[in-house]
Amino acid sequence: MGGNNSDTMSLNLKVWRQKNNKDKGSMIDYKLDGVSPDMSFLEMMDTLNNKLIKEQGDSIAFDHDCREGICGMCSMMINGQAHGPEAETTTCQLHMRKFKDGDTIVVEPWRAKAFPVLKDLMVDRGAFDNIMAAGGFVNVNTGNPQDANSILIGQENAELAMDAAACIGCGACVASCKNASAMLFVSAKISQLALLPQGEVESLARTQAMVAKMDELGFGNCTNEAECEAQCPKGIKIENIARMNREWFKGALTSRK
Amino acid sequence: MTTKKLDGKVPSGPIQDRWKTHKFNMKIVNAANKRKYSVIVVGTGLAGASAAASLAELGYNVTTFCIQDSPRRAHSIAAQGGINAAKNYPNDGDSVYRLFYDTVKGGDYRARESNVYRLAEVSNSIIDQCVAQGVPFAREYGGTLSNRSFGGAQVSRTFYARGQTGQQLLLGAYSAMMKEVHNGKIKSFTRREIVELVMVEGKARGVIVRNVVTGEFEKYVADAVILATGGYGNVYYLSTNAKASNASAAFRAYKKGAYFANPCFTQIHPTCIPVSGDHQSKLTLMSESLRNDGRVWVPKMKGDKRAPTAIPEEERDYYLERIYPSFGNLVPRDVASRNAKIVCDEGRGVSATGMAVYLDFAAAIKRDGADKIKAKYGNLFDMYQRITDQDPYKTPMMIYPAIHYTMGGLWVDYNLMSNIPGLFVLGEANFSDHGANRLGASALMQGLADGYFVIPYTIGHYFATEKFEKIDTNHAEFERAISNSKALYKKLLSINGTKTVDDYHRALGHIMWEQVGMGRNEAGLKKAISDIQALRTDFWKNLKVSGGAEEVNTELEKAGRVADFLELGELMALDALERRESCGGHFREESQTEENEAKRDDENFCHVAAWEYSGVDIKPLRHTEELNFENVKLTQRSYK
Repeated sequence: MGGNNSDTMSLNLKVWRQKNNKDKGSMIDYKLDGVSPDMSFLEMMDTLNNKLIKEQGDSIAFDHDCREGICGMCSMMINGQAHGPEAETTTCQLHMRKFKDGDTIVVEPWRAKAFPVLKDLMVDRGAFDNIMAAGGFVNVNTGNPQDANSILIGQENAELAMDAAACIGCGACVASCKNASAMLFVSAKISQLALLPQGEVESLARTQAMVAKMDELGFGNCTNEAECEAQCPKGIKIENIARMNREWFKGALTSRK
Repeated sequence: MTTKKLDGKVPSGPIQDRWKTHKFNMKIVNAANKRKYSVIVVGTGLAGASAAASLAELGYNVTTFCIQDSPRRAHSIAAQGGINAAKNYPNDGDSVYRLFYDTVKGGDYRARESNVYRLAEVSNSIIDQCVAQGVPFAREYGGTLSNRSFGGAQVSRTFYARGQTGQQLLLGAYSAMMKEVHNGKIKSFTRREIVELVMVEGKARGVIVRNVVTGEFEKYVADAVILATGGYGNVYYLSTNAKASNASAAFRAYKKGAYFANPCFTQIHPTCIPVSGDHQSKLTLMSESLRNDGRVWVPKMKGDKRAPTAIPEEERDYYLERIYPSFGNLVPRDVASRNAKIVCDEGRGVSATGMAVYLDFAAAIKRDGADKIKAKYGNLFDMYQRITDQDPYKTPMMIYPAIHYTMGGLWVDYNLMSNIPGLFVLGEANFSDHGANRLGASALMQGLADGYFVIPYTIGHYFATEKFEKIDTNHAEFERAISNSKALYKKLLSINGTKTVDDYHRALGHIMWEQVGMGRNEAGLKKAISDIQALRTDFWKNLKVSGGAEEVNTELEKAGRVADFLELGELMALDALERRESCGGHFREESQTEENEAKRDDENFCHVAAWEYSGVDIKPLRHTEELNFENVKLTQRSYK
């Protein structure tokens, strides 16, 4: 058996297996040798899957796509942390050099009422699209708007808007929150648009609509634990939640509806 | 059957007026009638999402499909560097004509002039539109938009949002799509893959899709089908594409009669993180914008194993600056890639594998300070460090070329319609605007140009000039297509051999990279064709797919895609074999200048090659479309 030389590692994996949404699911143990420290976490999972298939087993389903940390598709709870132990890093960018030979690694799906498990580590995050469709946009049609430079935006606000816009919609904030709150995700979009003159016009109505949809879809409330910020792979700040709350209060007080 | 001369239906007249005149001449569907037409959009990247939103705003009923769990995750999201436009904000002499000129020249004269001019013409509207949506582009202190320069251009015309321009533009288009979902004009279906195009009386009228969560096959009917499904770089297994990026929708349309144009035109991006081992599942690009401040070099001496910082200045070869003094590190991608291969083949490559060159920021950090470099490229440097465990602020990055983009794709006319009536193809999935090499920051421009500003006009003309039989999904063609689809997946599951899908995909990728990669020659291409045929035969005998048909089965999804790649790879090699010239990213070793630059053969190959499917294991037909250059004179490209 390999794994004891300095180049590769042997790992004990405990992976959540669940056949479908109706299945109860359970943790299953796997042993994997020959893991290179240069592998990404997902490449380690690929290696395990190819081994399982050749041993007549069923491969582990997990979401992934770009594998460069930007699409937001990958989503694993690794040893109880969303996207694993490295700060501001998605699972696909987490490399095995962050683990040691002989480590036991627990891999679970995002767990939240609003994100039902589809299979194994794969969950349904369609609720995020529904929140976006409730108001996460500027009401402008394709056509001939004014010249881009006729809207001046100070660098500070432009940077703050970009900080918020960097959200990849992966759902780590929901998965790491004990209330399964989506407030970091929702507030990032609300902040981005509220900070820019193009989006500010509709900000109050947008905030009311998106927050109402978020509540309706079964996400919990914020109790200021800030775990979402700590585990966000893109460093989205909870100051966005404060901004969302301000926009929400302003809207609640001034709405004529 | 004989080969044909294809007509791109390009309007006549002065190039500056063609799109304007054409827009006026096209028929319009009146506002109240638009709601009677339905459109299927496959793929929700920049091209698909912008098309879906714009068509829905006009009143058409739009249905979208994407393979990911949300339209926001399409691979356009990974584009880093920026988007070109001819705004001339920096006052450095840019114009629509210059952007047009640079793009035709950069593409090595293998794109349609009229399409490229239109692209340059609408580029400015794209920036206006994106800003209006709230895309947070980089700004100057005074609040105006900021620009940077990119390879193949001598002006600063690239707009950007940190190193995440694709993400921000895609989220803009996705937001516009979600707005129309809210308005009830778009139905968005996620986690669906297209299995077959449905044609009724010669027109594209629908699709069969597979729901990858339940395994069920579903039927959708419409008056037109838009494919905006991206490129086919994943034929090479290792590429900068996302894992789910695939060619199946486009390739299956090819098998239904749509022509596949210039399949051998692939782009190898010069600045990717080198391969670290056999486990590698994809390659990560480092934005080309890094070449603005990074200097590319290798040691002058072969096999020099010293640490880069220990190699004195005079023993370094800044080969791009040496060979191309006027463009330096900013030569187009094909030129930069080929030169990296040349120095590595000479034994001067760095890293443990010898398959890498340095991209060095020491001079820029000394000149501007680490803070300024961090502000420009911080996220890219972080990503590099995460993957390689090395700090690019202290030691030069190591880079090597990788497959990144495919200029070839389904053949379309000036209206972006394929030879199948009602089948439109947008973005990277079509072949139209980049010729044999795409310039940096032009993919985002083309995707959004096609979706926001071209298809809304041309699809209306199609609807207004055609008659449509009222059909539904009970039509016999849908039944036939669905039983074909089911048979394919049943077959894949029934082989029950010993090798996994990844085993085959890796083997195919190896053949493609070695023989149909940066340098191509007759013997290698012939070998590639026979090797791929043998691999394909083995695939259908020895493949092992785990799991069942009526559940989430990612292995089965991959198997369907690799089955297509195993045919498409052969088509690419065949196209490369028959194009006996070098141009842009297609470098035939038999056709080079004395200075090892790509040498075109305009007398025999100044055309688009469009392949028509003739059956499995039967040689397809090679049709051609002549390219005429009336504005940009055909010359040997030179970046010296």
